[in-house]
Amino acid sequence: MADYRNPMLGSPLEVKVLTRRFDLANSASIAVYVAHEGYQALKKAFGMKPDEVINEVKKSNLRGRGGAGFNAGMKWSFVPGQTTKPKYVVSNADESEPGTCKDRVLMEYDPHQLIEGIVIAGYAIQSHQGYIYIRGEYRYLMDILDRAIEEAYAQGYLGKNILGSGFDFDLATHTGAGAYECGEETALLNSLEGLRGYPRVKPPFPALIGLYGCPTIINNVETLSNVPHIISHGGDWYAKLGTPNNGGTRLFCLSGHIERPGIYELPMGFPLRQMIEDVGGGVWHGKKLKCVIPGGSSCPVLTADEIDVPMDFDSLARIGSMLGSGGVVILDEDTCMVKAAWRIMKFYAHESCGWCVPCREGTHWLKTLLERFHSDGGMPDDPDTALDVSYNILGKTLCPLGDAAAMPMISILKKFRHEFEEHLKLGSCPYEKRAVNVA
Amino acid sequence: MAEPIKLSIDGKPVTVPPGTLLIEAAKQVGIEVPSFCYYPGLSLQGACRMCLVAIEKMPKLQTACTTVVTNGMVVHTDTPEVANTRKSMLEFLLTNHPLDCPVCDKGGECELQDAVFRYGAAETRFLEGKLHEEEKKFSNLVYYDRPRCILCFRCIRVCDEGMDVNAYGIGFRAAHSEIIPNRGEQLECEECGMCIDICPVGALTSGTYRYKTRPWEVTYTGTICNHCGDGCRTTLSVRNNVVIRANNRDHSGLNGEFLCVKGRFGWDFVNSERRLKSPLLRKNGKQEEASWEEALTFTVERLKTILAEHGPGAVAVIGSNRTTNEEDYLLQRFARTVLGTNDIDHHRTADFSSLVRALTEAGATDRYATIEDISAAKSLLLIGNDPTHQHPLIAYQIRQAVRQHGARLYIVNSREIKLRRQSSQYLQVKPQGEAEAVRALAGQAPAAQDLCAGGTGALTALADALKKESDTVILFGDEIQGQTVNDLVTCGLTLPGKTRFVALGDYANSRGAADMGLLPDTLPGYQPLSNEKARERMESAWAAKIPAAPGRNIRSIFEGIRAGEIKALLVFGANPVKTFGLDNAALTGLQLLFVAELFRTETAELANVVVPAASFAEKSGTVTNTCGEVQALKRTMRQAGTRSDLEILLALARLFGQRWTYQSPEDVLREIIALVPGYDIPLPSLLVGRAVPTHPEGRPPALERPDLVFSSRDSLFTSGTLSRYSWALNSVDEAKKPYGHAF
Repeated sequence: MADYRNPMLGSPLEVKVLTRRFDLANSASIAVYVAHEGYQALKKAFGMKPDEVINEVKKSNLRGRGGAGFNAGMKWSFVPGQTTKPKYVVSNADESEPGTCKDRVLMEYDPHQLIEGIVIAGYAIQSHQGYIYIRGEYRYLMDILDRAIEEAYAQGYLGKNILGSGFDFDLATHTGAGAYECGEETALLNSLEGLRGYPRVKPPFPALIGLYGCPTIINNVETLSNVPHIISHGGDWYAKLGTPNNGGTRLFCLSGHIERPGIYELPMGFPLRQMIEDVGGGVWHGKKLKCVIPGGSSCPVLTADEIDVPMDFDSLARIGSMLGSGGVVILDEDTCMVKAAWRIMKFYAHESCGWCVPCREGTHWLKTLLERFHSDGGMPDDPDTALDVSYNILGKTLCPLGDAAAMPMISILKKFRHEFEEHLKLGSCPYEKRAVNVA
Repeated sequence: MAEPIKLSIDGKPVTVPPGTLLIEAAKQVGIEVPSFCYYPGLSLQGACRMCLVAIEKMPKLQTACTTVVTNGMVVHTDTPEVANTRKSMLEFLLTNHPLDCPVCDKGGECELQDAVFRYGAAETRFLEGKLHEEEKKFSNLVYYDRPRCILCFRCIRVCDEGMDVNAYGIGFRAAHSEIIPNRGEQLECEECGMCIDICPVGALTSGTYRYKTRPWEVTYTGTICNHCGDGCRTTLSVRNNVVIRANNRDHSGLNGEFLCVKGRFGWDFVNSERRLKSPLLRKNGKQEEASWEEALTFTVERLKTILAEHGPGAVAVIGSNRTTNEEDYLLQRFARTVLGTNDIDHHRTADFSSLVRALTEAGATDRYATIEDISAAKSLLLIGNDPTHQHPLIAYQIRQAVRQHGARLYIVNSREIKLRRQSSQYLQVKPQGEAEAVRALAGQAPAAQDLCAGGTGALTALADALKKESDTVILFGDEIQGQTVNDLVTCGLTLPGKTRFVALGDYANSRGAADMGLLPDTLPGYQPLSNEKARERMESAWAAKIPAAPGRNIRSIFEGIRAGEIKALLVFGANPVKTFGLDNAALTGLQLLFVAELFRTETAELANVVVPAASFAEKSGTVTNTCGEVQALKRTMRQAGTRSDLEILLALARLFGQRWTYQSPEDVLREIIALVPGYDIPLPSLLVGRAVPTHPEGRPPALERPDLVFSSRDSLFTSGTLSRYSWALNSVDEAKKPYGHAF
């Protein structure tokens, strides 16, 4: 039986870059970190020009690990070099995508790796202030990070004149109050400024007008944690770990109906089937696979027939889904997809910030429709209505939350339409009836 | 000037300045892009998604309200995708909307209704239960109905950005989001009601208007608010001869959509049950109802007796800050030519005379600032006064200037007025130190070290900053009067560019009262009585003699009454007993006290004769705002038993055997246009509802004494005597806050 308190079960197929220190005792302490290559990349970066650091990151093909997969080095290069305004580095630790829990372990087991990445990013864009925005539910991680930051200040890796380089950098943590929306970068900035976590109109993008109206880069915890390795070993080395255009490794969070749920560091482009069968030990209790959510609940789902795909951004986009945040959720053959859709929509209807109309009203509509359809009986038009409502949300909202709600819904309605029809024909949920019979 | 941007919308070529929003560019070629959350002048929201349009080479539909036009942009607003998007957004909005249009105040003038009619669908596919919330009372004047709310955030933004009050926020999340007061359950704000007016649906409703009528059952008349001196245009909604609402319905005039709490709610004194409906005549020591004929005949007979026994020096007249220019003009004509006295004055709330004299002597009578000049200014200097309370529109325009185009605001004040939040430099001087600061700025007298907190260095910094500005608009309150106005003007005119000036007077026609010569030493248009030519000009027009010696000012009038020299006092639309704090004995020496009033005020209570006057809603004429802009009042309704001051004056003149030929206020206005210097305004502009600036030129005598000019320091919720008779103004808790409280 797996130890659910430790999500790092390990697998011989793993390629450990970010998680290399996880097994060490006291891995979160600065002593262990420094003893194992810690802060070496920072020293190396100070020997480079800021532009060279950015170019190295560009070369690595490091793509944003938060979900959108935007090239990190490219994002940094949008920050204007000449400006009288202060610049900011913000680490997005508002890890809220259902099925995703990788940033948690990165901060818990190796906070200095993140801190080093942030300072290097700060040096690259010549910022002197960083923030780590942590979701409210991760309150306990803030204590770990605060301790790590304190250690880093004490040993001169933060503060004035870091390592004698003349470069100053300060770092502080900040918690959210429990809103999925605050993972969206501009909503995060509003929340960080003390405002309500509503997204901002884009453009302008944060690289030009971000925190307090100043140039800002916002990167996911995992993205920034990769930076020290890229600087230490070179962008080319990092790029080669993955597939073309998708550099490095990735922390995949396997969850749902699988034998060995956990977090595994695998190279980009790792085949999904192998991930489920060999890394995760297959669908639980020997059952058949019905469906996979490949990268957090906002991704279009894949059917059992679609899992022969390399897990990288481009390959998944090619088959109409997304790599997202790396949260791979396995659903077995006994799962009611109507109920799954309802559960997903319940989340989005709860988390919609309420700013723009289609997301606010649409998610609520879909949630109540699915609830009724599943529990109180559906109408023949319901699947078509739900599909149309989803399309009316898709691409029409201010921030990507609307899309995140619409995309899984559309994919379930299209790929599992027959389950909706079964509900209609039976007048009730076929799966729940089966469950009752078994009991 | 940057090159204009050329683009095409639905095949129509459009040329607009760079930086224009697509939604505005479309408007210019007559293409409507529907929107709820977009509101010109407020921050961009992108929330309602109604304005999504197709732009070639862009993968998704784009919001026209947040897209800045670029050269060569090809936009389509008429594609099936766009039409379907509009329809679906409306379908979304209606999912939890109660559709209680038949009982909704907004029915018939609702933007959501209009949009659904034009772009929406007749049926819904939403089969689920609607979310419901009970209606909330935010204050006696503002109610909120969550189910009707479409969360366009206009109310929040107008309160934050327009009013700088920040009374509203958002509570809860997702479909349960709702507008909530930021401080507790109740609104704590200026109660301006801008949120109600700006609400596109019936979510925010007015405590005085709700459930009273359907909007198509009322008559709308555009007129001018009668409270402060800013002269906001307002539309009175009248049903069955009762005013039930005021809002600037077409957003025309110098105030656009702006109205303060007095303008939007403070008109209800018009309907007050305490309005005088019949003349009162004192018989056996008691005021009793009498007919108009009885009251006026008695007055004229008594006046004739007094004039015969004591001569014209025994009669004095006090005019109003609210009556129309025509009435003021006739009143001083009546006093000077019929009664033969120059003992005429009014409660002066700003020293307009000194401003006119100073600008005339400097040859700069083109330097009167208009309300528009204030909002367009790049630099503003405010000395004294608290516009947030005393001049809400001017305060709004100052905030607009600062917010919309980064104007610098410099303030010299002894109090921590709210506008200091917008100021670049705020010089707090010791109490009554404003005049000293001006004299020091003008180099007339050095400032005392303790004048302001930052020492005289702060004053020097202010002077230096002003020298770097250009086209500064200088606004000053009653703190600056007499010679100091002259110092301020002289100094102001040395600043770079075209410096302009505004004297801030209290009431709707404070400026007009001075312009029309309700002054003991000045004829209409600031011509001194001592100027023989000016006097002869008026004498020939009126075919009557004007006494050449200046009369008594208002303080001397009271002294004359006490001394028994003045036997008769005529008061039109003023309450001097209260305003000047007169004791009960002050007027007892009079043989005749005639008062024309709306209410039985402290002064009216002492009168032998009280006649019920018409309010601003019941008469036509013109008023001049504190900037000197003339605007037309339009009669909205009738109040049985009342007569306008103009009609009263005409009747009195007739009883004196005068053959005045005026048939209407317009006849008087024509005479004013012809005779009063600075008032040669185009009548058609006035009649179509424009605010027409005047440029008075004259050398009125210097201010006789310092206690003649003083402001009443009305708050947002008071307006001299009138506010006492307004339920709305007294119903809000904020009215009980100490004066000067900033929200």
